Amino acid sequence: MSTAEISHGASSLADVGRSLTGEARWGRCEIAFWAVALASVFLLPGRHLILAEIAILGLFALSLDLILGYAGIISLGHAAYFGFGAYAAGLLAIHVVAEPVTGLVIAGLAAALLGFLTSFLVLRGSDLTRLMVTLGVALMLKEIANQLAWLTGGADGLQGIVVAPVLGLFSFDITGHVAYVYCLIVLFVLFLVARRLVNSPFGLSLRAARDNPLRASSIGIGVNRRLVAIYTIAAGYAGIAGALLTQTTAFASMDVLSFERSADLLLVLIVGGTGYLYGGPVGAILFKLMQDWLAGLTPQYWQFWVGCLFVLIVLVGRERMIDWIGPVRAALRPIGAHLAARLQVARDARK
Amino acid sequence: MKLRRRPNRRFDAAFANLSSPTYRGIGVLTVAFDGIAYGMLLFVLACGLVVTLGVMNFVNLAHGVFAMAGGYITVVLVNRLGFSFFAALPIAFLFAALLGLLLEQSLYRRVYAKSPLDQVLFTIGLVFVSVAAVDYVIGSQQQFVDLPGPLQGQFELFGVGIGRYRLLIVVLCGLIALALQFILARSRFGSRLRAAVDDPRTARGLGINVGAVFSATFAVGSGLAGLGGALGAEILGLDPTFPLKFMVYFLIVVSVGGTTSVSGAFLASLLLGIGDVAGKYYVPKFGGFAIYTIMIAVLIWRPRGLFARGTAR
Repeated sequence: MSTAEISHGASSLADVGRSLTGEARWGRCEIAFWAVALASVFLLPGRHLILAEIAILGLFALSLDLILGYAGIISLGHAAYFGFGAYAAGLLAIHVVAEPVTGLVIAGLAAALLGFLTSFLVLRGSDLTRLMVTLGVALMLKEIANQLAWLTGGADGLQGIVVAPVLGLFSFDITGHVAYVYCLIVLFVLFLVARRLVNSPFGLSLRAARDNPLRASSIGIGVNRRLVAIYTIAAGYAGIAGALLTQTTAFASMDVLSFERSADLLLVLIVGGTGYLYGGPVGAILFKLMQDWLAGLTPQYWQFWVGCLFVLIVLVGRERMIDWIGPVRAALRPIGAHLAARLQVARDARK
Repeated sequence: MKLRRRPNRRFDAAFANLSSPTYRGIGVLTVAFDGIAYGMLLFVLACGLVVTLGVMNFVNLAHGVFAMAGGYITVVLVNRLGFSFFAALPIAFLFAALLGLLLEQSLYRRVYAKSPLDQVLFTIGLVFVSVAAVDYVIGSQQQFVDLPGPLQGQFELFGVGIGRYRLLIVVLCGLIALALQFILARSRFGSRLRAAVDDPRTARGLGINVGAVFSATFAVGSGLAGLGGALGAEILGLDPTFPLKFMVYFLIVVSVGGTTSVSGAFLASLLLGIGDVAGKYYVPKFGGFAIYTIMIAVLIWRPRGLFARGTAR
């Protein structure tokens, strides 16, 4: 749906609509992705701990994708909302309600509120200003968490979190089965919401504003209001991801607010690809597998390889990294057609 | 960030019960002097970034890597190879400058034209690599430079306690700032750089080799960061996470100082140095909180820097 297509005239307006609804329709790959995720619950029972981590990281990266991929806001401090949600969930579990789902919702709303308040700082200025403001917000929160040791436990972390069974029915166990299913369900539900969101007129106007803010505002799209909205939503998502981490590990430390977490998150999303929602979950899978593998090789120095990967990705070019999708799809098409033909032949023969 | 406090216990004890104005005055002045030394150090560390980040618009989060390189080369030269501290300083400068030039020619150059996101990823990658590499080669413990005898201790001047080493820093960094101002404002290279910054196309048309000018500037900026790292190892604390810990400080100097002049960055560094030292001295509870707040406030209020000319935005 490029501008060239639109300029063809009224008749192509229908094409645009069709292309957009086509984009919003569930593809086979998407269904397969979630089917595999569901299958992993039953087929990989021994790996549920790391799978839960992947689901949490995937949700966190999805939240960054909402602002980076769909609104073009580069953030170096997205861990601020993750950490805020993590601490909020931990404190709620200790002082208010131990039930996880309630805690999750409240922590998400709290992080969204923080996101709403800080979003106005992000609106102004260039990419560089945004980078520094988001970084500053995260550092500030970390400093607050450090100073309020009576509340957060300071450098020792928030201890003594007891998480009640989910909905009063399923209690978290040491194998991580409940934790994984819980995280996966939360991820899936929030993914559905995000998917609906980015395919709605709101999401489309957001993309227009990302590509050309000036033109978008001249056709009546309120750019700033949309940025505030998506930033708030993304902060809420990040907060829920942080809350999931606290609830499944029954622990929160200042590490949740660290700069490294924000930086790693960028890598996760870049590895997975921005702007198509699956970048977060896919990147999380690749990242965790790689981390697992590299940490096995050199436990202490795995940041070195992460750094190398960053440099390599940029030098090769992010666009070129996903260029292989096109040729692979083209190569697979004849095979698919061949298979379909064989199936047809088999069906005909049965008749 | 930990600022190592001067051992001052005897002094404190002697005046502990006196809240007389004299004591306060001395305290304030001594803190101010420490703050000035710290601020000048920050200026030398960060002035290279003013050019790459502020002027060339390249998001360079890896500036601290060069400072760390300078610091570690000094530690190795002085502590292990027995060089004199004063001989190690120029070597630290050259080493960092060479490293800067090498990286600029081989890697940075390819990233200049890319998007800010790419630049961020690239420079964060460099930071991660350098942190892990230094940790691997030298170890994660904090390093100290063996200072020569004459630089240790402090003396009193009109009742103000002045650390000898800090005095050296103030003098040296002050001279560097003056020299930079002179070079930029008066020399041929300075006018070339200013031309290249104001309008690269026209500068190229006039026969100025813009790429070479930027490379040289990058190298000198990296070298100065290395010199700052060598001087600051004793005050700022040197360990492999140095580039990460001080990234924000450098960014603050650039964002607060603006990019139009050396003096802006100089004033910003002094403000930051005095503010940070005073904050940690008088209200340790506040910690680093104040400077982050100031940074965000300045960025929102005047995105182009506190001392930038013209209107914000």
